[in-house]
Amino acid sequence: MSIPLPIVDHPTAARKFVTDDQRSPWHDQALWFVRSKRDKQADTLPEWEYLRSMASAIKTHTIANLGNYLQEFEKNATAQGAVVHWAADAAEHNRIVLQILKEHQTLRIVKSKSMLTEECGLNHFLEDSGIEVVDTDLGERIVQLRGETPSHIVLPAIHIKKEEVGETFHEHLGTDKGASDPKYLTEAARGHLRGKFLSGEVGVTGVNFAIAETGGLVVCTNEGNADLGVSLPRVHIACMGIEKLVPRFRDLAVFTRLLARSATGQPITSYTSHFHGPRDPESELHIVLVDNGRTRLRDSPEFRHALHCIRCGACMNTCPVYRRSGGHSYGATVPGPIGSVLSPTRDPKSYKSLPYACSLCGSCTDVCPVKIPLHHQLLAWRKELVGKGLLPWSKTFSMKAASFMFQRPRLFTFVGKVGRTSLRLLPHWLTHNPMNTWAKTRELPEPPKETFTQWHKRNRT
Amino acid sequence: MSVALFVPCYIDQFYPDVAVATLELLESLGVDVEFPSGQTCCGQPMANTGCNAETAPVARRFVEIFADYDAVVCPSGSCTAMVRHHYAEYFAADDAAFQHVSTRTFELCEYLHDELKVEQMHTSFPHKVSLHQSCHGLRELRLGQSSESRVVRENKVKNVVSLVNDIQWITPERSDECCGFGGTFAVNEPEVSTEMGRARIADHINVGSEVLASADMSCLMHLQGLIRREKSPIKVMHVAQIMMGRPIH
Repeated sequence: MSIPLPIVDHPTAARKFVTDDQRSPWHDQALWFVRSKRDKQADTLPEWEYLRSMASAIKTHTIANLGNYLQEFEKNATAQGAVVHWAADAAEHNRIVLQILKEHQTLRIVKSKSMLTEECGLNHFLEDSGIEVVDTDLGERIVQLRGETPSHIVLPAIHIKKEEVGETFHEHLGTDKGASDPKYLTEAARGHLRGKFLSGEVGVTGVNFAIAETGGLVVCTNEGNADLGVSLPRVHIACMGIEKLVPRFRDLAVFTRLLARSATGQPITSYTSHFHGPRDPESELHIVLVDNGRTRLRDSPEFRHALHCIRCGACMNTCPVYRRSGGHSYGATVPGPIGSVLSPTRDPKSYKSLPYACSLCGSCTDVCPVKIPLHHQLLAWRKELVGKGLLPWSKTFSMKAASFMFQRPRLFTFVGKVGRTSLRLLPHWLTHNPMNTWAKTRELPEPPKETFTQWHKRNRT
Repeated sequence: MSVALFVPCYIDQFYPDVAVATLELLESLGVDVEFPSGQTCCGQPMANTGCNAETAPVARRFVEIFADYDAVVCPSGSCTAMVRHHYAEYFAADDAAFQHVSTRTFELCEYLHDELKVEQMHTSFPHKVSLHQSCHGLRELRLGQSSESRVVRENKVKNVVSLVNDIQWITPERSDECCGFGGTFAVNEPEVSTEMGRARIADHINVGSEVLASADMSCLMHLQGLIRREKSPIKVMHVAQIMMGRPIH
């Protein structure tokens, strides 16, 4: 039995964030800074656009032949000594992970960043089963201590100010009250996490890339927390969506060159760790391959390209709506433009406001390192939603009325005249009344004496 | 060569001088321009809401009205992008009239740059001007190189407007960020739209611009609405008005 998801109302959720003038401009600047760093990194590679085309072509090919590559990956990973598990959905993924932990009588796990486990709700599932889960990525740990969810897939705590981190750390880690120096707080987190690393019994990581040809995995971090988290325990569980595959080892370079540059404006992540089987005969490497709606997405010609996504977050950093409305306003694991494409595939009704949380500026499409036509997919989603009857009646009606009018030039002329005349004659308070959404913050155009059509008739015929 | 002028619905109703300036500019360059009667809208408001059934008859009507001209010129990047890139789903792929109209509809600056290859103008606009690059002009029509892209492209709007004598360009800090208009987005997400607009206006004012110019009047309608409400010290003008040397109003 599935419980219906709550309806995400992006405009309402965004209002709170965007009207907070202490937070919204600061959030916008912080992310714009990351976007600018990305631009500088793109400038260092004359072959930037070539790499994007290559990455897109490799992903298109991989997704088209996904079944074969997954089997090749399973065969090679197994030959390397890993145990490969298949999960059709989030629930199965969580059950598999819990089963492995039970087999090892595990009470504590350390976990590096994985949007897949966020998507599957793994943390809460394991906690409900009595297992302590420690997120070891600094941003994720901050979010976890605050009882929140990540607001960005690469920068999970980007919405939180350093003063707020100070308060959280004071409460949970015993740092000095009022301390907000990032170096001091980071050191405190480092000390705190070191203890957790030492007591972690199983290490769980996400996966950035899996290579069919070798059966190997690649995990990219800046903090080295994935490496530390799987180096101490004997058991490593790597959780990955089935779209993370690349066919050959040589294909990997295309993506590692694009990923960190697009994500944070670094030439490469500090750690790019390769795992080929368990590290020794006493250790175990479990790889959980998760579908959770990906096959359905693959079957859709309109949205298949969304499976190209390498979760770099560049579309969030560049999105002017995301920067001002904050990641939580999307009510989904993956926010921003790619999230607004992916979420409705999960449940169109719950996420129907997301494809409209977009001005169709197209910046995401141009920034995307794997060339997902994001803004065209958001437009395509709007058509799907209308087709499913999910657009509010008021909007459908106004569009029907507009279409009726635009097919009748004389009616258009008449309605225009009534509109302009009322705007000229009626008092300002009436034309700019609170029911007029446009006029809450904006003046309406000043009505001219005549239209261009009238001018043309008078002057050119 | 027969050239038709397409005047977007909101320009016809609210900004007639933009269309007059466009017409006068083309005439001054020796183009014989016709203004076909019965034209209304390209259908973009319905299409961008996802209402295909409501868009289809408007798009078909547009093609019928403009099918017999060698070229259609429009003082809006957004409406031109609609006709060029988003009409395919309303017509059979081999529909000759649709093919003709969608490939022969030009945004004004693009037409001056690519078709007329204009090299000089005799007008003057002795003011500090900053360009607001409309998203659809930039990223759909590729009138210039977007800041995200590394595909080198000429900036057609800036190239032709630079032919006006005495113009002084000022560059905003963020060269091509969206203004937040986005059609119905402006009323679907009014707070985010407003904040995006305010940030653009502040950027243009901070670098010392007197006139915020754009090839898309729809962006300017939104920005002007905010500027007039907040009495901000900057004016908006369409590039056609600048190319005709209109006074700042």
